[in-house]
Amino acid sequence: MPKLTIDGIEIEVEPGTSILQACEQLGIEIPRFCYHERLSVPANCRMCLVEMERAPKPVAACAMPCGDGMVVKTNTDLVHKARKGVMEFLLINHPLDCPICDQGGECDLQDQAMAYGFDRGRFGENKRAVKDKYMGPLIRTEMTRCIHCTRCIRFINEIAGVPDLGAVNRGEHMEITTFVEKAIGSEMSGNLADVCPVGALLSKPYAFTARPWELRKTETIDVLDAVGSSIRVDTRGPEVMRVLPRVNEDINEEWISDKTRFAYDGLKRQRLDRPYVRKDGKLQPATWAEAFQAIAAKVKGVAGNRVAAIAGDLVDVESMLALKDLMAGLGSANIDCRQDGAVFDTSSRAGYLFNSGIAGIERADVILLVGTNPRWEGTLVNARIRKRYLMGGLKVAVIGDARDLTYPYTHLGTGPDALQQLADGSHAFAEALKGAKNPMIILGAGAFRRKDGVAVQAAVRALAETFNVVREDWNGFNVLHSAASRVGGLDIGFLPGQGGLDTAGILAGAADGSVDVVYLLGADEIDAAKLGKTFVIYQGHHGDKGAHRADVILPGAAYTEKNATYVNTEGRPQLARLAAFPPGEAREDWKILRALSELLGTKLPYDSLPQLRQRMVEVNPVFGKVGSVVPAPWGSFGSAGALDAAPFVSPVANYYMTDPISRASVTMARCTETFVKSAESAQERTGTHG
Amino acid sequence: MLRDEDRIFTNLYGFQSFGLDAAKKRGDWDNTKALIEKGKEWIIEQVKESGLRGRGGAGFSTGMKWSFMPKNVTDKPVYLVINADEGEPGTCKDRDILRHDPHKLIEGCLIAGFAIGASACYIYIRGEFYNEGSNVQRAIDEAYAAGLIGKNACGTGYDYDIYIHRGAGAYICGEETALIESIEGKKGQPRNKPPFPAQAGLYSCPTTVNNVESIAVVPTILRRGAAWFAGLGRPKNTGTKLFCISGHVNKPCNVEEEMGIPLKELIEKHAGGVRGGWDNLLAIIPGGSSVPLLPKSICDTVLMDFDSLREVRSGLGTAAVIVMDKSTDVVKAIARLSQFYAHESCGQCTPCREGTGWMNRIMQRMVTGNARVEEIDMLLDVTKQIEGHTICALGDAAAWPIQGLFRHFRPEVERRIHEYRNAAKSLAAE
Repeated sequence: MPKLTIDGIEIEVEPGTSILQACEQLGIEIPRFCYHERLSVPANCRMCLVEMERAPKPVAACAMPCGDGMVVKTNTDLVHKARKGVMEFLLINHPLDCPICDQGGECDLQDQAMAYGFDRGRFGENKRAVKDKYMGPLIRTEMTRCIHCTRCIRFINEIAGVPDLGAVNRGEHMEITTFVEKAIGSEMSGNLADVCPVGALLSKPYAFTARPWELRKTETIDVLDAVGSSIRVDTRGPEVMRVLPRVNEDINEEWISDKTRFAYDGLKRQRLDRPYVRKDGKLQPATWAEAFQAIAAKVKGVAGNRVAAIAGDLVDVESMLALKDLMAGLGSANIDCRQDGAVFDTSSRAGYLFNSGIAGIERADVILLVGTNPRWEGTLVNARIRKRYLMGGLKVAVIGDARDLTYPYTHLGTGPDALQQLADGSHAFAEALKGAKNPMIILGAGAFRRKDGVAVQAAVRALAETFNVVREDWNGFNVLHSAASRVGGLDIGFLPGQGGLDTAGILAGAADGSVDVVYLLGADEIDAAKLGKTFVIYQGHHGDKGAHRADVILPGAAYTEKNATYVNTEGRPQLARLAAFPPGEAREDWKILRALSELLGTKLPYDSLPQLRQRMVEVNPVFGKVGSVVPAPWGSFGSAGALDAAPFVSPVANYYMTDPISRASVTMARCTETFVKSAESAQERTGTHG
Repeated sequence: MLRDEDRIFTNLYGFQSFGLDAAKKRGDWDNTKALIEKGKEWIIEQVKESGLRGRGGAGFSTGMKWSFMPKNVTDKPVYLVINADEGEPGTCKDRDILRHDPHKLIEGCLIAGFAIGASACYIYIRGEFYNEGSNVQRAIDEAYAAGLIGKNACGTGYDYDIYIHRGAGAYICGEETALIESIEGKKGQPRNKPPFPAQAGLYSCPTTVNNVESIAVVPTILRRGAAWFAGLGRPKNTGTKLFCISGHVNKPCNVEEEMGIPLKELIEKHAGGVRGGWDNLLAIIPGGSSVPLLPKSICDTVLMDFDSLREVRSGLGTAAVIVMDKSTDVVKAIARLSQFYAHESCGQCTPCREGTGWMNRIMQRMVTGNARVEEIDMLLDVTKQIEGHTICALGDAAAWPIQGLFRHFRPEVERRIHEYRNAAKSLAAE
């Protein structure tokens, strides 16, 4: 443990700590541009220079490891002069167009220029101007502002694992660019706007729409995948202006995926802002009272077992529980939260959770991916696997589609037969699993979307037990869900009760006339054609597939518009917070159900959110521990059976459009165009592609 | 003056063949096995005792550098890298070694590689040296065929491979860590130190990077003894050195001379004197474009070695003596160097990237006098803001010539500025 003196204060630090980190521990602020704690250290901005005794010149604090007996000074004339010099150099070719720069107000260069900048320039020559680059539909460039810190290059190469950015040319002609005029092919490219310390790389959809000081910031969580990233929603009035990541070491570190960041414009389009009732075959605007009456008129007198409910992918736990209680009141056991028709054993919680936790990936040394494309189903889970890969000594194998996952892997096969080969040890990778210290299996939700889902679950459980994946101190059996509502729905038991129908049963019943009323709670990804002549109530926030088929539409709130609980794939209950109010007459979802229940004569026993949450804790105690994961005990789940030979298919066919919000988003449509259909818009190119 | 029998590079001018047979006649590869069998410690000790200082410009003790290499590395390969990316303007000494005496270098590579425990050697030759690279490759092939290198090199039981890597002509790739990056296939940008190459160099393995000349003299030092080498020159500045004399002299040449030879003697004896006589001398850049120039008053007496030149606030650098007579526009000459450094800055770190371009633009204006007198001090301030604040020494190298110019020729620049302003004034008056 080296001991050194910084500004006269002695400090003992871990070996390998840099002077800059040691200064941070002491609360001494060192200015920096190129240094980023999650990226490699190039020490090229030279802003963090400090004086060190016995060193002939000032040293870069970010790259100099602490050594025993070092004497460092961070507050001398020499240091100030060096930093002021660097700041002057950074500013001479910087356009100083802060008033029209989107980064203005939250710019590292602007902030540090306040401390180290001169009050006037000495540079009398012409400033450099750099042609802007095309980087796809998400990142806007203003390359004249670039200070060449290379954070973007390091982020995209190291964290995102896509070698799409680099620097060309030398000296003052050095430019950051994609090669050539290529959109950045990463699902994490939006983070470039965050890592860029100046206004060179910016969010394209947010361009020129707001200034940071006008925005109200709400700390909440994302629900567009099952990872549940921590985000900050910035709103101005009723409008969501942008979504930014929050640091959460357990889940997303400080990154978010592009869908999380950019799908917010979908919140402003295709919204259901008032109730509708179908009259004469057409959906007509109605009042809440009319809508409720229409429902009551239909539902009253229908036998309980002829009523059914399906919950969608973006639904919060509160409203699912309210609907479950309402259906129980109506005497129906026909409820299911697995709108994708997945079948798996839900009797043991460990059987459907990401048990090791996302941060647990860093402890694994052998990872087997079964039927999942984590890059699209849980982008940040994939980023964590890549992080683990970069730490060295990780072996990965894939059963399913062989896609570019940003790290190398062994492809074992596409279907369950590869599971069998591992189980009987006939595949060489079985040895790797056997020899692993912390083996991990990640089972995609797509693997349950088959008739033999329960058998697949059982086969993987058997595999886990064979290879010691589950131990006292380690549970590497992981299910990666792709829907934010899924684990919450399973945890409160939004599942068919005694004799109840599951999603497939409900749809079959609707088709053959044995189900009269179907309540769709935000369920859009079902085959609406199968609903036949049933009376469909759709409660949700977007006019998507479900709403089109509905007979009554009850406008609900999206995830940014309500205080609600979601459980991520790890089994971690998290709170989403209201950032903006629902549009028009739309209301928070549990309140709609509470109001409706009164009219249907089965009044729900809670009048406030705290009461409802009390009820959630009664149903499942995990909801009492918001923000943390309650480890699930290992149990026997799944039942062995014949495995279908069909290959595993990922549930996400288009990463950019998976739910009503992202389907309504123009930005996501552009991404689909660019990345999925790979038809890069020729118009947006700047013409420098040769 | 160096006696003929003390010359190391006996085929510097290419009067004989560069091939193996001719090289053997000149004494190369003469019982190299015996030298190697004396052991690593002996070799390093001899080189240390000889006082050999790196010939690439910085003048760090070569033996010392070798002794920094970790001992008994078993888990990683160890590399010797030869810096043959000779790009310093004015310098052409390594070029003559490469094309006329490559076996001196290859034998040196083997001995140096053995001393540091290397398993392979990379010779990084700048791309423009096409024929030189081909000669070296032929020499390597001959040495392989003769069993001098490769498996069981010289019958010592030591396995050693030598590879050539051609650069693409970037000046910065002559910086040792940028050179390493370039060999690795990356953009040639210097690395931050620490870690030094001796800990983590090429492919993160322990690496020593040496100049061509430093390595090529090693076999002769070992053969003739450290004391012989140390006896030449002055204390701490020992041995012989290749000087490249160019510019306004009657016979520009490359010449091997003793360290510490007076600059005037060097030019008069070997280069046929300054064009128009010694009194026609304006200034000399004594060590390649990176070091500050010296006016005639200093050139009269200064000795050509590391410490003497440092005393007069210049440097020996690569010993590329650039002579400028009184017909030279010295401001323009230095401005041209500024342009060179602006062009060759790698662009990685801020002071050099932005500063070299800025200095170049001011210098170009100073040539015509289109500037203000205050800008001279501002320019010197800018050079100070670059110097010592960068990852590698290119920032320093860009700053020094300008500092040297104003140290010795400030009145000339001020005169131009006044002249320009007066001309502008009278033009306005008309």
